[in-house]
Amino acid sequence: MMRLELVKRPQRSMLFSALSPFIAFALTIIAGAILFALLGVNPLKAFQIYFLEPVSQVWQLHELAIKAAPLILIGVGLSVCYRANIWNIGAEGQFIMGGIVGSSIPVLFPQFEGPLVLPLMLLFGMVGGAAYAAIPALLKARFNTNEILTSLMLVYVAQLFLDWLVRGPWRDPKGFNFPQTIQFNDSAILPELMPASGRANWGFVFALVAAVLVWILMSRMLKGFEVRVLGASPRAGRFAGFGIKRMVFFAFMLSGALAGLAGISEVSGAIGQLQPVISPGYGFAAIIVAFLGRLNPLGIVAAGLVLALTYLGGEAVQSALGISDKVARVFQGMLLFFVLGCDTLIHYRIRLIGLAAPTLEAAPKLEEAR
Amino acid sequence: MSANQDDANLLEVRGLTKTFGTLTACDHIDLTVAKGEIHALLGENGAGKSTLVKMLFGTLEPNSGEIFWNGQAVTITNPGLAKKLGIGMVFQHFSLFEALTAAENIALSLDDGSPISTIAAKARALSYSYGLPLDPQSLVGDLSVGERQRIEIIRCLLQTPQLIILDEPTSVLTPQEADKLFETLERLRSEGKSILYISHRLEEVKRICDRATVLRHGKVVGHCNPRKETAASLARMMVGNDVQAVVRAPAQGIETAPPLLEIRALSRKPATPFSIPLKNINLTVRAGEVIGIAGVAGNGQGEFFESVSGEVPQQDAASVRIRSKDAGGLSITGRRLMGAAFVPEERLGHGAAPRMKLSENLLLSRHATDGKVFVGAGGMVKSDAIYAAAQRIIKAMDVRKSAADPEAAALSGGNLQKFIVGRELDRRPGVMVVNQPTWGVDAGAAAHIRQTLIELARSGSAVLVISQDLDELFEISDAIAVMHNGELSKPLPIAEATFEKIGLLMGGAEPGHAEHALETS
Repeated sequence: MMRLELVKRPQRSMLFSALSPFIAFALTIIAGAILFALLGVNPLKAFQIYFLEPVSQVWQLHELAIKAAPLILIGVGLSVCYRANIWNIGAEGQFIMGGIVGSSIPVLFPQFEGPLVLPLMLLFGMVGGAAYAAIPALLKARFNTNEILTSLMLVYVAQLFLDWLVRGPWRDPKGFNFPQTIQFNDSAILPELMPASGRANWGFVFALVAAVLVWILMSRMLKGFEVRVLGASPRAGRFAGFGIKRMVFFAFMLSGALAGLAGISEVSGAIGQLQPVISPGYGFAAIIVAFLGRLNPLGIVAAGLVLALTYLGGEAVQSALGISDKVARVFQGMLLFFVLGCDTLIHYRIRLIGLAAPTLEAAPKLEEAR
Repeated sequence: MSANQDDANLLEVRGLTKTFGTLTACDHIDLTVAKGEIHALLGENGAGKSTLVKMLFGTLEPNSGEIFWNGQAVTITNPGLAKKLGIGMVFQHFSLFEALTAAENIALSLDDGSPISTIAAKARALSYSYGLPLDPQSLVGDLSVGERQRIEIIRCLLQTPQLIILDEPTSVLTPQEADKLFETLERLRSEGKSILYISHRLEEVKRICDRATVLRHGKVVGHCNPRKETAASLARMMVGNDVQAVVRAPAQGIETAPPLLEIRALSRKPATPFSIPLKNINLTVRAGEVIGIAGVAGNGQGEFFESVSGEVPQQDAASVRIRSKDAGGLSITGRRLMGAAFVPEERLGHGAAPRMKLSENLLLSRHATDGKVFVGAGGMVKSDAIYAAAQRIIKAMDVRKSAADPEAAALSGGNLQKFIVGRELDRRPGVMVVNQPTWGVDAGAAAHIRQTLIELARSGSAVLVISQDLDELFEISDAIAVMHNGELSKPLPIAEATFEKIGLLMGGAEPGHAEHALETS
């Protein structure tokens, strides 16, 4: 019988800490190659289709930006939560709620037009996401519930609420009973950045601005210091006079607001109406983005682009090779698995321990112990 | 592999070395323990004593060196093996489950499958025969620290060890409890058992130990007979040079000085089943004086510190008054803004965030009080200003470090403590509350910290020091109060205080009636 034990390393390697996401990506590629080979596809060809073809033309780069924008926006918000040691798993729900609350303006007041509409929608989206995130925050601060469970369960509530809205009260009366709202009027549509070359909209700009602002918050401001202290040493944070309950609300509502902004940007930019499903799992994929980006907002921009590519690649292999686009989920899962695995092995080493009864040994080789 | 011929040596260690990264915690240690002797292992904190005994007990693996047990070379890879050989250990920090009874705790470590009732009976018999009375059915959570130590000792004795390792056993005992322990140890010696006694308290080593091995910076600096040495000569071996004595000028005009910290009828319900309730605590600390609070660990000092610092605010605003203003309802930040400063017991994780730089740790306790200097418009941290202030403190307190602005965890305990104390002194606080100012700090740094606390008081501040180190309190305090089971005795002026009186109060004599207790005991 053997037993595995994780032993903390006395020092962590700075080099490997920095390389960790790249190692994880390389391992994902290797595992992906095995996966494709088992599916009977030439891995080199599959990778060419998966990773290179989707970014070989300018309009495709626009698609990449559309997919990356929500991932970055949500991931940046989640990084604040995770740095504070607060585990918001419900960004998907906050994304949907942001989409719903922001859409309430064009859906309920289709006659309301003008330059005010869009800013109001974005503001509503952020408020909706933040308010929805405040629920698990309140439950945690008030009743000490586990925020992982509450925030996750609220995702399904949000999904079903959206489903009910578009099939029920908000259904387009002239929509032939399709479960969707009316098409938003023009002033409720998020403009495209460079309509001449592709569809990418202002959501990507929001994502970049949010990343820079949160980076400044976390590295240069007292509030960011508070987040880091409370996350790393809660008792030292209490000694500093920082309130953990206030921090729970701050982190949840900030990430909720950013997820909500992502949600309304997606609805008013890429989709143009509400429908039963408005997210291919951005809220969950953004968890991978946050960790792949080392919880650093600037790293998250890069990680968001990588994850966006896995979505596009999934679609590409489906159409070109006839492989299910669920392969994208597999890639995302492997990526998170390898990132967490690399991080763990940077901090710990594995020791194999025999469970056989310990015996008295003569003292021969003490030198090798290290 | 030549076996050791000398039969009288129970344990012999040759060239034992352990490195952690670049630090050599134990560097070619040689040590022999004869049968039937009490052998002292002397050294300052960080000298490598604990690392050495952990290797002997099998919880750490040496990098090189040999261990001989009864002349046989052995490799001790785990504590189970050490126990089999006949090595028992009583740890400094107990490993007991508070929610279980003494007997259940003992049964857990024996794992020989005998029923609890048998173990309880054995433990009871053994405890009485060694003069360490113990009720095996009592819940560990209800026991005092001294009683918990008895469980550890009995548990160790039940395994009939040949060598018993005691790691700083008296650090948690009252002077009277320590006397009892010494009797037990002498009895064990007379039965032919060997004891490896780890301590940095020179007087007790001189009193009970036959031989001593002195460690400094991981190396053996000498073997000696402690009875033939003086406390000063032992200290010199431990520290490497003479330690500057702390100078305490007599405080003057204290009675008329304004009270800067007043605690009025402070009570607190226990926050968890195993924390100590505070009961009607009253104390006044005036400008210019140092008040010491003695007490065995775990008698409410931690709870008291939390309440005074405001980490846990009170219902009654008047229960804590700072500079004659109610502060009981204020948070720790509010109290700091009134001129108070606090140094908690734990350095890493409480007084400082381990993975943050010293400059960031400066911000930890001073982001509000020095907000104008350290935090600019819109909540932006002025990193230049905190860096400069951190360097100023490092210089003033002589903090030794490897980099310009290292992480707190990279500093030795003593240097980090100097920084944490210096961080508060740098503000010139009117009220300073310190919990265990020199716990785990080497003698040189400890003397420095004590001197700065006295000087702070003499410059007109009120200083409150909570400590389990009586020597320290006698060195720096103008009056000593004793905390026992959540109650605080009246402060005894230093001129009237003796080890014996304070010891009785620590053991639970009625607060404020030390004289009376002395007469009746």
